[in-house]
Amino acid sequence: MFKIVRKEVLSPTLKLFDIEAPKVAKKCQAGQFIILRIDEKGERIPLTIADFDREKGTITLIFAEVGKTTQQLGQLEAGDSILDFVGPLGRASEIEKYGRVVCIGAGVGIAPVFPITRALKEAGNEVIGIAGARSKDLLFWTDEFKAQCDEFHVCTDDGTAGVKGNVTEILKKIIEEKGQVDYVICIGPIPAMKYTSLLTKPYGIKTFVSLNSIMVDGTGMCGACRVTVGDEMKFSCVDGPEFDGHLVDFDEQMRRAQIFKDEEARALAKGSCGGGGCGCH
Amino acid sequence: MSLNTVKHEMPCQDPKVRAKNFDEVALGYDKETAIAEASRCLGCKKEPCRQGCPVQVPIPQFIAKVKEGDFSGAISTIKEKNALPAVCGRVCPQEAQCEKYCVLGKKGDPVGIGRMERFVADWEREQGIKPVECAPPTGKKVAVVGSGPAGLTVAADCAQAGHKVTIFEALHVAGGVLMYGIPEFRLPKAIVQAEIENLKKMGVEIQVDAVIGAIDTVDELLENEGYDAVFIGTGAGLPYFLKIPGENLNGVYSANEFLTRTNLMKGYLFPEYDTPVKVGKKVAVLGGGNVAMDCARTALRLGAEEVYIVYRRSMEELPARVEEVHHAEEEGVIFKILTNPTKIIGNDENWVVGMECLKYELGEPDASGRRSPVAISGSEHIVDVDTVVVAIGQGPNPLVPRTTKGLETNKWGNIVASEETGLTSKPAVYAGGDVVTGAATVIKAMGAGRVAANSICELLKK
Ligand SMILES: Cc1cc2nc3c(=O)[nH]c(=O)nc-3n(C[C@H](O)[C@H](O)[C@H](O)COP(=O)(O)OP(=O)(O)OC[C@H]3O[C@@H](n4cnc5c(N)ncnc54)[C@H](O)[C@@H]3O)c2cc1C
Ligand SMILES: Cc1cc2nc3c(=O)[nH]c(=O)nc-3n(C[C@H](O)[C@H](O)[C@H](O)COP(=O)(O)OP(=O)(O)OC[C@H]3O[C@@H](n4cnc5c(N)ncnc54)[C@H](O)[C@@H]3O)c2cc1C
Ligand code: SF4
Ligand code: SF4
Ligand code: FES
Repeated sequence: MFKIVRKEVLSPTLKLFDIEAPKVAKKCQAGQFIILRIDEKGERIPLTIADFDREKGTITLIFAEVGKTTQQLGQLEAGDSILDFVGPLGRASEIEKYGRVVCIGAGVGIAPVFPITRALKEAGNEVIGIAGARSKDLLFWTDEFKAQCDEFHVCTDDGTAGVKGNVTEILKKIIEEKGQVDYVICIGPIPAMKYTSLLTKPYGIKTFVSLNSIMVDGTGMCGACRVTVGDEMKFSCVDGPEFDGHLVDFDEQMRRAQIFKDEEARALAKGSCGGGGCGCH
Repeated sequence: MSLNTVKHEMPCQDPKVRAKNFDEVALGYDKETAIAEASRCLGCKKEPCRQGCPVQVPIPQFIAKVKEGDFSGAISTIKEKNALPAVCGRVCPQEAQCEKYCVLGKKGDPVGIGRMERFVADWEREQGIKPVECAPPTGKKVAVVGSGPAGLTVAADCAQAGHKVTIFEALHVAGGVLMYGIPEFRLPKAIVQAEIENLKKMGVEIQVDAVIGAIDTVDELLENEGYDAVFIGTGAGLPYFLKIPGENLNGVYSANEFLTRTNLMKGYLFPEYDTPVKVGKKVAVLGGGNVAMDCARTALRLGAEEVYIVYRRSMEELPARVEEVHHAEEEGVIFKILTNPTKIIGNDENWVVGMECLKYELGEPDASGRRSPVAISGSEHIVDVDTVVVAIGQGPNPLVPRTTKGLETNKWGNIVASEETGLTSKPAVYAGGDVVTGAATVIKAMGAGRVAANSICELLKK
């Protein structure tokens, strides 16, 4: 069992947990993820390591409640435990001294981009950060993120915080103003990663994205997480989750995310009916 | 035919009923039938059957005890060589191993060795398995990576010799393919778990959720964690695809994903269990081995209306166990043999709507001695399917080799280990099972585990 030692409610549907997992905390690196299972009947879901404390032996997770499992997780409190916690999985980010780098976190993507930003800064890069969300109350960790950056931008779709607009628009301005950007990492919803990659391609800027493929084991055993990169079939969990954004088939990823749409709706309906007369129990 | 030429039948669930449930298909002998079947055995002095068993179970001896009704004696005799008889009695390809060499097979049916092995193992479990006596602690530590049949065997043997054993398993339950791959209707999971409980009683520690290569490397186990020897039994879990267009469409699964969702995650009980598995109306399973049969029969049980096995050779070449092919046919699986897909076709939303195939004919025997399939030109045709399961084989997972300095692998990525000792290119590191041989059988993995365990015990005596 793995204990939740701290819970923070970032917004009604956005929660932060610190979970006690000393072995994972000892080993993990920026860009890696874990897979957890709440209880015996639970699904295995992947979540990125948003932060870690090697001394305390804890891993920080930030997750959006989008369906049955994440909602159930969100109801747990500090002191509760979850059954399974596996990691660190996936390849670590390639941290190098690139020069001028732009780190983009869109929506929940702010969480995973945070440790990568910190590592890029520590590696001596000039770091420009962009945090974007649909609306102000979905933004989080902007101060922490900002503290890792030489320059920092915030934007929201509805203009309730920072500039009104999306992360790619800000990136475009930065590229045009600065003339030279050496590396971009973007983590967020598929459209944000897709349009960022499309934007940087003509400039020839090396661009990495982190994919949220549907996963089961996370160790390369099932192939559920497969994705076309270049002309090759890759498994996100072991070959990724970060890939060259100029080579990823984002449309395929978008459609693969829909595979269990009907079942997800059923699971959610079952979870939320509370056993009352809907016939699902 | 005289009575002695016919094997006693195995009672089974009715095909129509069982094709809709996940309960075990074969129901097992009762005492009387087991004794009657044992009476068919001639007790051959030369023990030809035993030579066919990869771990040399003393077959005539255990059968003699069954015949006397001494089931306790029979199980002890089997366990001298085989630690998981309830599993092997169910899933060994007996017709290619022990029973293939039975003298009775020349004129009629061979003795039902596997069925009796299963019977006595089930009998023992009902009585409550007696934990094996372990030697006094030696103070030595053995790490076992992977909890499939190979790893479980090493753990049992080393624990019995008095060593402190820890198993590291990547998934959340121990058992390897026995848990995530082979379906409940062929190997009830409670049987596997009973064996694992037994190991725990012997003092074996099992750490699930522990991916070696991620949490600790093999080198770290030896250098930092104080293990005196490491056994790698990580299996062949990396799914192969055909590399034809359309394999990333929605509705295409690897056999591993399909079976893992269903067995390990209990997708067949969705939404009581949270993991979904989706099966359409018409399912094509590509491949002809045990894995393919398991997928096809699973698809039927999940509610598919029509399930095809698509295989490019003929019925004679199917690599699956005869009994499984027979069961699949009885349940209504349709065999599209001498057929091979060239592409999977999708609709605008990325869902499978069909599969283009070519018909084949058998040509000259190839290197393997099997007649090789040759495509018939102009035989393209569309098979109407909405789900495809790719069951054409698995390779070794590269995670451990990639993170272990100086661990030699061959060109397919299998770990190189001595057949006689299980020793790899690294001192104190042993390997066995599918990760060494490529996808094989449960009993071969156990045999390799026993060989490695013996070498480990030799090493630790020094
Ligand atoms: C490497 C990786 C890192 C991730 N990191 C984070 C993170 O830090 N924070 C965060 O909020 N989310 C993250 N996700 C996404 C998160 O795993 C899903 O939101 C979660 O699985 C949804 O489960 P659910 O039952 O609540 O929702 P569901 O109703 O099951 O699904 C909602 C959506 O989540 C996707 N999804 C469903 N099951 C899975 C699965 N087993 N694996 C992956 N995606 C799935 C589906 O495509 C669907 O669109 C990550 C995904 C991956 C692959
Ligand atoms: C669907 C299916 C049906 C089959 N049917 C039959 C049959 O009827 N009869 C028969 O004899 N054989 C059958 N086989 C083959 C048989 O199951 C295998 O040959 C056998 O299980 C191999 O045993 P193993 O111990 O080498 O590995 P496995 O059983 O594959 O176990 C390996 C274990 O190692 C774990 N692991 C992998 N990497 C790591 C890591 N880095 N760290 C920690 N743990 C790790 C895996 O999660 C797994 O649990 C079947 C196989 C499949 C897939
Ligand atoms: S272990 Fe398998 S091959 Fe050996 S005797 Fe038993 S059933 Fe036959
Ligand atoms: S070969 Fe057949 S008849 Fe002879 S001992 Fe073995 S099982 Fe019995
Ligand atoms: S999640 Fe199973 S192979 Fe990646």
